[in-house]
Amino acid sequence: MTNNREPMLQLKDVSTVVNAGTPNQTTILKKINLTINDGDFISIIGTNGAGKSTLFNVIAGSLPVASGQLFHQGVDITTMSVEQRTSFLSRVFQDPKMGTAPRMTVAENLLLAAKRGEKRHLIPRHLKQRLPELKQLAASMNNGLEQRLNTATGNLSGGQRQALSFLMATIKRPDILLLDEHTAALDPHTSQSLLHATNQRITEDHLTALMITHRMEDALTYGNRLIVLKAGQIVADFAGKEKQQLTLDQLYDFFED
Amino acid sequence: MNLITSAIGQGLLWALLGIGLYLTFRILNFADMTVEGTFPLGAAVAVTAITHGISPLGATVLAALAGMAAGLITGLLCTKAKIDSLLAGILTMTAAYSVNLRIMGKSNVSLLGKQTLLTPLRNLPQYFDSVFLGLIVILIITAGLIFFLQTDFGQAFIATGDNPVMARSLGIKTDSMVIIGLMLSNALVGLCGALIAQSNGYADINMGIGTIVIALASIIIGEVAFGDLTLNQRLVAVTLGSIIYRLILLAVLQLGFSTNDLNLISSIVLALCMMLPRLNNVLHIKEPFVKGGLSHDK
Repeated sequence: MTNNREPMLQLKDVSTVVNAGTPNQTTILKKINLTINDGDFISIIGTNGAGKSTLFNVIAGSLPVASGQLFHQGVDITTMSVEQRTSFLSRVFQDPKMGTAPRMTVAENLLLAAKRGEKRHLIPRHLKQRLPELKQLAASMNNGLEQRLNTATGNLSGGQRQALSFLMATIKRPDILLLDEHTAALDPHTSQSLLHATNQRITEDHLTALMITHRMEDALTYGNRLIVLKAGQIVADFAGKEKQQLTLDQLYDFFED
Repeated sequence: MNLITSAIGQGLLWALLGIGLYLTFRILNFADMTVEGTFPLGAAVAVTAITHGISPLGATVLAALAGMAAGLITGLLCTKAKIDSLLAGILTMTAAYSVNLRIMGKSNVSLLGKQTLLTPLRNLPQYFDSVFLGLIVILIITAGLIFFLQTDFGQAFIATGDNPVMARSLGIKTDSMVIIGLMLSNALVGLCGALIAQSNGYADINMGIGTIVIALASIIIGEVAFGDLTLNQRLVAVTLGSIIYRLILLAVLQLGFSTNDLNLISSIVLALCMMLPRLNNVLHIKEPFVKGGLSHDK
């Protein structure tokens, strides 16, 4: 079914509606068309209510579309459930608490994520045998996470927890990685170091990623493409050289009204 | 001494109830009221099956399967029909009352003169039969659950209770996990009902009243008494909690309270245990007794 020459992800005329059939009916996304190629790292900016999170929910499958279609490598995934889509898609949430199981240890969380989208059988998980490998992985975040493999995740700092969420999203290579303002809840220093690690991982593993951010500087620094959402529509899509030459002032112009 | 042996035997048999509820209440974060109906259901099925000539072991297995079916119903009501989890449990519990009456045909059925799982143990000293049976069942069930929880499937089950949003984002079918958890839990509760009925020598339509408090007491006494434990140790702590709870009851009855007061006493004991962490702040009771509590803080 899959064909590598097909785009990694394609949205065709995707619209979403909330409160359908009531006087409060609102269209959030308006006929969005977007083609994401293998290896794209796309920053997404836009005002509150522009539809950024809605776009992610539609891609992840947690929000049904009112009309339009989604394709993953040419395969129609419009009606696939959240659970089914996890076989090729992973997501890091803004809230560090969302992406990890607080009462399970760091190692247990990582092992869970290593089987993302797979059927889980009644076979022993072999945690001990995999500890060295998990330790090495945790060490790649450079924040001491490898020292806390046997700590319940709820006892980690926000930064460590979010670093863990990111590792969990990438421990099994996803075709599409969704980063939903994943550094917004962290202090500036921790935020920058996680972004740096994110960029490194995406580049090294040649991942296809979408990143929502409210920091224009980050949107300019990271990624090979930049999309501006406004009132449910993509009003600008810069790629390659065009993106490199963008300036902060140009970006801020999109927020003038 | 005899009374203490009896309390330990009762504690071991009743521990299954606590272990069953532990799966839903602590692991799935699901306050499952079904158990108040499942416990007498297990008793009713086992006693009726035995009086109809089925072997005690077969009858006990049937009771566990009946419990499993009750869990399935609550699970479907909750996940597929989207009924609030507490209400879903209450619905099944209430319905089970009528079902239990239908199964038994009357409100109390005796096992007088019938073979039970305890019959082969009658040569043991008094009350040691329940201790022996309880130990064997608890060992098998605890070992089975410890294995289960360490598998890929079991870990997905734990993750479902811990963070359902994350679990779904890792491809775990959380609805199925909740249903399977409720089935497993209620199978254990049904099994417990079957064993208690055989130990008591009868099944009574009202024997489910207060069981959820007894189950919670086992869980919480275990947590309060043993503090910070791993998940596997916690399962064992539930059994120890159940035995401690029976010893507390014994002590209270020795003070002259009537067995009619049992549910009142159960509730007071449980309330006191749940208040301990709070009382500690006020009264500064010494550490280890309170440390564990409900959190995983080190």
